[in-house]
Amino acid sequence: MTTPAIPEGVKRCPTRQFTLWLAVVGAVLLWGVYAMFLIWYKGLNQTGMNDAYGFALWIWADLAVIALGGGAFFTGFLTYIIGKKELKSIINYAVIIGFICYSSALLILALDIGQPLRGWFIFWHANVHSMLTEVAFCLSCYFAVLTIEFIPLVLENPKLDRIPFLHHLSHNLHEVMAVFAATGVFLSFFHQGSLGGVAGVLYGRPFAFREGLLIWPWTFFLFTWSAAAVGPCFTMLITWLTEKITQKKLVRPEAFQLLAKISGWMLLTYMIAKIADTWYWAAVTAPSKGFSLMDFYSNNPVYGIWILIAELVICGIVPALILITRKGRENKKLLVTAAILAVLGVCINRWVMVLQVMAAPLLPFHDWYMYMPTWQEVATTILPVAYGAILISLAHRYLPVFPHEKELNPGQ
Amino acid sequence: MTQQPQHTKTKRYGMVIDLDKCTGCGACMVACYAENNVPFRQDESDKMRSLNWIRVMKVDNGKPFPDTQVCYIPMPCMQCDGQHMEGHSPCVSVCPAVATDYDQTTGIVSQIYTRCFGCRYCMAACPYHARKFNWWDPKWPADMEKYLNPDVSARMRGVVEKCSFCYHRYQKARDKAYVEGREELHEDEYQTACAQACPTNAIAFGDLHNPEHAVYSLSRSKTAFRLLERLNTNPKVYYLSSKSWVRRKADNYLEGENPEQIREKARKAAATH
Repeated sequence: MTTPAIPEGVKRCPTRQFTLWLAVVGAVLLWGVYAMFLIWYKGLNQTGMNDAYGFALWIWADLAVIALGGGAFFTGFLTYIIGKKELKSIINYAVIIGFICYSSALLILALDIGQPLRGWFIFWHANVHSMLTEVAFCLSCYFAVLTIEFIPLVLENPKLDRIPFLHHLSHNLHEVMAVFAATGVFLSFFHQGSLGGVAGVLYGRPFAFREGLLIWPWTFFLFTWSAAAVGPCFTMLITWLTEKITQKKLVRPEAFQLLAKISGWMLLTYMIAKIADTWYWAAVTAPSKGFSLMDFYSNNPVYGIWILIAELVICGIVPALILITRKGRENKKLLVTAAILAVLGVCINRWVMVLQVMAAPLLPFHDWYMYMPTWQEVATTILPVAYGAILISLAHRYLPVFPHEKELNPGQ
Repeated sequence: MTQQPQHTKTKRYGMVIDLDKCTGCGACMVACYAENNVPFRQDESDKMRSLNWIRVMKVDNGKPFPDTQVCYIPMPCMQCDGQHMEGHSPCVSVCPAVATDYDQTTGIVSQIYTRCFGCRYCMAACPYHARKFNWWDPKWPADMEKYLNPDVSARMRGVVEKCSFCYHRYQKARDKAYVEGREELHEDEYQTACAQACPTNAIAFGDLHNPEHAVYSLSRSKTAFRLLERLNTNPKVYYLSSKSWVRRKADNYLEGENPEQIREKARKAAATH
């Protein structure tokens, strides 16, 4: 079906089917919006958090979506700075996914503060020593960069493109996109790193605390590295999912292959660094504070040593090995499995660096703290997923997201 | 032009709590509630969301009757000096909006309630769980509002609060001394509400730098220790106990480690700064 708003030469589902899909996802979105309203109106007593568990599901969701949104800055870096032309097939989608992830992170942050109307204090009364201040500044600036990167694509909608001013604006923005890609890489290095630093600098929390370089704990670099490694995996995964749902080929196979290869090597080197970091922490840092490794993985109902094995081996080393081998990459099932495992791995890492940190007892007469999110927290965490699905659906339908779609689907 | 008072030396206000004297009566908590306008809920059974600036922990030696021994540990904010004794306390450096700060002239860690926007990073950073979040709007029964302390602001929903060593009392005492042309405060001029309320005199409060204050010598006694000393937070709240199992409960140790030796090492390291 084609209408003037749909890019020329591509086929889209009937309007009725599309509307029905939007209604279903929209219902989930409304459920999240209702929970969001409750939280803003009644306060954080609507959550399952408490004084021992001040950081919980939302902070994890924030860290996770920002890591997964890392595909935008790293793919942009590879496309515009390194000059990997093959990735032009997927860069638009990477930017949209990044935009969704970062706007979701900002929305969750707006929920996760006790005084939402004072959120701007982080900029106005900025404490330059706080990792959170750096996160707020870089994250907001990078979101602005992502918006600028997204605008030319929006302007390429057939209806908007007919307006001469918008047509030329879009063209000129494309010309200078390398500048924004470079700015995005710079900002991402710092905000991804600062997010790692948020937990790493907590020297009162031996489970999170890491030694480091100058003012940066090792986690600063590990977070940036892991986001660059796993972000592209998430982009590939969403692209694969979109291909399955739309039953179309959207991205050239060589783009997938190159991204998977780079992602694999990034993941492998990250895992080497992560294992070295874990070993040093377990052998030197934690014992200096009076803790042995197993103190953090026993005597509680959830946080067993399995979590470390799952993160480092099953969701780290295994996907890295699949992605660096040609056979692994060329087998679509293996490739998707590896991408899923890598995404799960980074989510486990972010979970551990937030929730296990809060759960682990510090004083010998304290016990493990367990936490259960309320439905309001769950609904508002699912809210960005519904929002992302709607934005992706609209973008896929009305914007030329995939430059090679026509060529890859000649029969349609 | 008005001449400003000059500080002759830096003060380091701290507390020494003798656990052998503490009976766990909770008078310190009640006094703190009243003095600092700490709100409470109709149902206080959920202690994880209770507001209190000082709480009393009950610990035992883990042995069965008749060898069981119990100790009560009152825990206010530890007013940490930080890793290098420069005010880099766990909470201060992480606060993104400078809502919490370290006063170099007194060593007291402050909290500006109208600056705090409730990110709770300071709570995550504090190993003592000394910081409390206002999960609800504060409410007092109508008549009780008449008893609120006019020197202490009530805190609103969505911000973090904590023990300030009754800083408003310090301000009052300092103003009085200034009017009288003095620069130094006597020990009894500035005391916290919990120290004054303690029926067994288990809590001593004063300037840890001033040899004339009781806390000076008490904090240097052989049985003095601090909680989680190995984390290098350098708290200004000291505890006294003659019981080795109580001292061992104050920190984490690996099997075979000697707590006394490690504590002595930490004390020497802190003293060199």
